[in-house]
Amino acid sequence: MERFDARKWDEKKRIGYSRKVLYYFLHPKNVGEIENPSVTAKAGSPACGDMIKLYLKIENDKIVDAKFRSYGCAANIATASVLTEMIKGKTVEEAKKIKFKDIVEELGGLPQIKYHCAVLAAEGLKQALAKWDVIQGRREIDESFVKLILAAVIDPITGESVLRGNKYKGCKIEGRKVKIMLNIPKDSPEAEVFEEQIREAFEGLDVDLEIEFAES
Amino acid sequence: MVIYLDNANTTKPDPEVIKVMLEYLKEKYGTPGGEFGHIFDEDAREAIEEAREKIAKEINASPDEIIFVSDETEADNLAIKGIAWAKEKGKVLASKIERKAILNTVKRLRDWGFDTYEVSVDKEGFINLEDLQSNLKGAILFATHLGNFEIGTIQDIKAISEIVHDKGALLYLDANHAFGKVKIDVKKLDVDLMSITAHLIHGPKGIAALYIRDGVKLKPLLDGDVRERGIRPGMINVPAIAGFGKAVELINYDDAKRMAKLRDKLIDLLLSIPNTKLNGPRGDKRLPNNVNVSFGHVEGESILLHCDLRGLVFSTGSACYSQELLPSHVIRALGGSFEDAHGSVRLSLSKWTTEEEIVKAYEIIKDVVEKLREISIYGGKR
Repeated sequence: MERFDARKWDEKKRIGYSRKVLYYFLHPKNVGEIENPSVTAKAGSPACGDMIKLYLKIENDKIVDAKFRSYGCAANIATASVLTEMIKGKTVEEAKKIKFKDIVEELGGLPQIKYHCAVLAAEGLKQALAKWDVIQGRREIDESFVKLILAAVIDPITGESVLRGNKYKGCKIEGRKVKIMLNIPKDSPEAEVFEEQIREAFEGLDVDLEIEFAES
Repeated sequence: MVIYLDNANTTKPDPEVIKVMLEYLKEKYGTPGGEFGHIFDEDAREAIEEAREKIAKEINASPDEIIFVSDETEADNLAIKGIAWAKEKGKVLASKIERKAILNTVKRLRDWGFDTYEVSVDKEGFINLEDLQSNLKGAILFATHLGNFEIGTIQDIKAISEIVHDKGALLYLDANHAFGKVKIDVKKLDVDLMSITAHLIHGPKGIAALYIRDGVKLKPLLDGDVRERGIRPGMINVPAIAGFGKAVELINYDDAKRMAKLRDKLIDLLLSIPNTKLNGPRGDKRLPNNVNVSFGHVEGESILLHCDLRGLVFSTGSACYSQELLPSHVIRALGGSFEDAHGSVRLSLSKWTTEEEIVKAYEIIKDVVEKLREISIYGGKR
């Protein structure tokens, strides 16, 4: 058993995790996967050391269940867990209004250096809800949607989004056909990693995905 | 009771060290002064010269070759910048897996117009001697370590010094993590400069020694009076030096043998956790008190925090734990993935670590890693 008593936690210690962050870290709620989820989304990468995957069950435009899995630090686990708590029972439109600051606030604050964890969680949610709109036929798959998805696809070497540093060349969309063009040599080791990440990011969407890499 | 396995970060001062220091804080509070000092000055001078002799003897140097500095970072800076300034130009090399103080000092020299080069290492952290040899043209200094601070790899310094000296360059050795655990003879190793620190051998914080081989010229970082032969002018930290001397006197290489046994036991126990790998070599080529493993699918800061709350402390190479949010450059230089770096933990033993603590530490870590893997995005994979 834990020798630790959360009531005696000194919030000033240990890089300033609040009592609530610690609580969600030690006893995270909604861990796991949902069978037949309405929509999923993944944000982050092993490169930056923070990654979350959200699973949502949506009925009549209301989030009836939310679960997560995470790879990362205490703040990463806590933000993902508290987010699932925050969105359960909310309508899709209500959930869309959640910003990273709301997550920080809900946790009673986060050390500044850990804000990116809340940003990651908020990005994951934004992506999931955009995908849901596409599934519902309320949103077209256009370049802005593709970019929204690609924002969470991370270069394993630099830890930056694939959208940064001239790696993204453009995309062609014709009905359900989505072709993403990247300035990454097709024989390079990262090409495979990007392809896998991009395919996973589009998971659950009824699209015919093609990824074109540059000739080496 | 908290199990303290972060002795490569710092150690608990030995009660005997504290006892000696108190004497120089409470009663003999003088500082070595001029040629003919008064009684307080003389007591202080005696204390620091006695400590200097003990330290010199321990590494087979002469007392004149020992300069006291505030810590290992200062020693790195004084050795590397001091040599570079004395030589005025040339190439300064370090391995990719040095401590940040060495790597950043070398980077600073590059900003100031010196040529620099980072020598690669193999997957166990041994310096690539061919890479070293082929990049020594115009070199004035190679800065490296005896035992690696993070993964415990013990370098073949005799081979390295031969290569470095053959090209007319000097060798600076960071022996901070090996000192007191590995017997060091500066003549046999044939090093030109070497740093050793007190706080890693149950001595006080805020004191270290730089060995400068007789005849090696360097420029001081600070300008002041002639204390420490003008190489390191400024106030002499008498209580810390007296404590350092005592800590050196207390070195017992039987402790290292015992630690090595416990180290191997802990490594075996941790590797019994699925999807775990050892960073650094096994056996005699590893510091006797260093354990470093990477756990797949989990991140170090989370492991650390869980363990801390259960009464076990150590450190991690995860980016989340660093102020710069960068994963361990050592694990990355070995060819390890980001995940290997983020999931790496370093457990470092001391002469006081017991077998009971080792077993208990393993049990706590195993439980924590299993718990975190259930949350892990990799689907609760073991």
